[in-house]
Amino acid sequence: MVSVAPYDAGSFVVAAFFLDTDPVFALGDGSLLMLTADGERRIEVHGGGLLAACKTLDGSAILTGGGDGRVMQTDAEGEATPMAELPRKWIDLLAAGPQGAIAFASGRTAMVRLPNGDLRDVSPTRAVGGLAFAPKGLRLAVARYDGATLHWVNTEAPPQELVWKGAHATAAFSPDGKYLVTTMQENALHGWRLSDGQDMRMTGYPGKVKSTHWSAKGRYLATSGANAAILWPFFGKTGPMGQQPLQLGARGDQLVSHVACHPAEEVVAIGYQDGMVLVARFADSQEVLLRRPGGSPVSALCWDHGGTRLLFGTEAGEAGVISL
Amino acid sequence: MTLTQDTKTPVTVLTGYLGAGKTTLLNRILSENHGVRYAVIVNEFGEIGIDNDLLVESDEEIFEMNNGCICCTVRGDLIRTVENLMKRQGSFDAIVVETTGVADPAPVAQTFFMDDDVRDKARLDAVVAVVDCRHVLQRLADTREAEDQIAFADVVLLNKTDLVTAEELKAVEARIQAINPYARLTRSERCNVPLDTVLNRGAFDLNRILTLDPHFLEEHEHTHECGPDCDHDHDHHDHGHDHHHGHHHGHDHAHEDPHSVKSVSMTAGELDPDVFFQWIGNVSQIQGPGILRLKGIMAFKNDPQRYVVQGVHMIMEGDHQRDWKDGEARESRLVVIGRELDFDALKTGFKACEA
Repeated sequence: MVSVAPYDAGSFVVAAFFLDTDPVFALGDGSLLMLTADGERRIEVHGGGLLAACKTLDGSAILTGGGDGRVMQTDAEGEATPMAELPRKWIDLLAAGPQGAIAFASGRTAMVRLPNGDLRDVSPTRAVGGLAFAPKGLRLAVARYDGATLHWVNTEAPPQELVWKGAHATAAFSPDGKYLVTTMQENALHGWRLSDGQDMRMTGYPGKVKSTHWSAKGRYLATSGANAAILWPFFGKTGPMGQQPLQLGARGDQLVSHVACHPAEEVVAIGYQDGMVLVARFADSQEVLLRRPGGSPVSALCWDHGGTRLLFGTEAGEAGVISL
Repeated sequence: MTLTQDTKTPVTVLTGYLGAGKTTLLNRILSENHGVRYAVIVNEFGEIGIDNDLLVESDEEIFEMNNGCICCTVRGDLIRTVENLMKRQGSFDAIVVETTGVADPAPVAQTFFMDDDVRDKARLDAVVAVVDCRHVLQRLADTREAEDQIAFADVVLLNKTDLVTAEELKAVEARIQAINPYARLTRSERCNVPLDTVLNRGAFDLNRILTLDPHFLEEHEHTHECGPDCDHDHDHHDHGHDHHHGHHHGHDHAHEDPHSVKSVSMTAGELDPDVFFQWIGNVSQIQGPGILRLKGIMAFKNDPQRYVVQGVHMIMEGDHQRDWKDGEARESRLVVIGRELDFDALKTGFKACEA
């Protein structure tokens, strides 16, 4: 039995998380909305808006970047600690790395806060589009204009350049570390097989791909940007090359705006431009409607650890907890 | 103006050479009590003395699009900044974008037509060129950018009029009108004009230029006509290598005729839409690189509504605007401002679209 507990977040939901078992919504107005056993709690974290958010790898805190030029780390108690600052810049890209490393970016500037607290500049010469840490080691991918750059941030080893013309945005390593996939300004994904630099081009989207998420064990990469969730197979020797993707939750008139794969099962939660949320199973494409269309595009989805609760948030500030 | 259907945030683009007075104008926009909350995107904070959390610095990032259109460039930094601003919906009413003195205005304008996300949220309201009356003639003689900025403008703010003689001012106005006879000229000293003469003009559309209808500003269904090479396939297993078409927009200052930007206004009767769309598509493909601005209102045969088109280089878009009024002459008009254009071919071709 599906139940939805709605919340009025009141502002663009940039991201949603579970901190332990408590839902947390990161909001465009600069605050975090925490739903605890004691009730709702709002923590003002950034003046000038909150533009990016992610969870630390140990799961204990939320990292946020804001229009005030700060990177903040907020724990489950609501204690917010400044971690770094680029004065007068809008920090709109963030990634959490191993041992507490943090990568953040604004415009052409990309920085890493190393585990020892030192800052390291990894800025490319053109716009940074996305940041991602590799699943193993202190290795950072900086997606940029005309490709991506891989840095071993704790060493002086020269960076590795991956070249592909065009503007690359969000970056994501496959969980096995074999592939790096970026979303592009064009309606396409680009991928590199890191063992040999082989390019992969995944196209055919009617809209920009803005949300990607790896399924359990990294078998598929789920993506938004089409009127169905497009899931590219990454198992086997050649990954998605020459393969057809799965297309789940197809609708005639609405594009998928956000995707989140179930932590254990081959199931994906799909959010649409009109605010609808459903889940679909890979094996037989069976769908279950979780939320009817609302007022604006789904901008955040997050499963809890056990995969029984799903958070959603929208651009207009509608939010909720769905229990399955 | 009633904008009941229009939920998009209006954007004013400010161009003009260094020292023309853009910063003075921006300081006024940020500090005056005009009841409108502006988010202001500047290329550098420079002398803007106001600390405002809706003031953001943005480094110009030109993105070429891998879609086969040689003129399809956008401002990547603007896409990102507009997206970031949208996370703060409700905290501002309008956006002002300041460009660098030497910026080509085309990628800025194209950003608002080509990027789906930006187009969904924002609409270009007007391009305003701030001009220093003392130096503009020299700038026009020296640089192509100065001419582009005026050719692109919907509003030209003639600044520092107190520093030139009446004759000099006349010469400046005549020169600007020779480049762009369709821009509204506003005189000022130290940008001391009422802000509503430059902001929220609704001027990137066609009303001021081609009609006197003040209520034209409806929601548009945009169509983006790309070239035949455009990569708009719907094929989910294409892993081949894409052709890359570079941007070959020459910035050769060596042999530039200072009067190279010209404009033409054409009229025709009712048009055959099929013939017109084919023709305008060809025009954008063949003459697009030279087209700075194109605007028009079309009367299609057996169509109760006026159809508006506008273009920047190879990007053309169009939509139905409103019903023709009783007694209104069903006439088609098209204005093209550009460089090295074959005006005779344009005129003949437009006329040949008549039904």
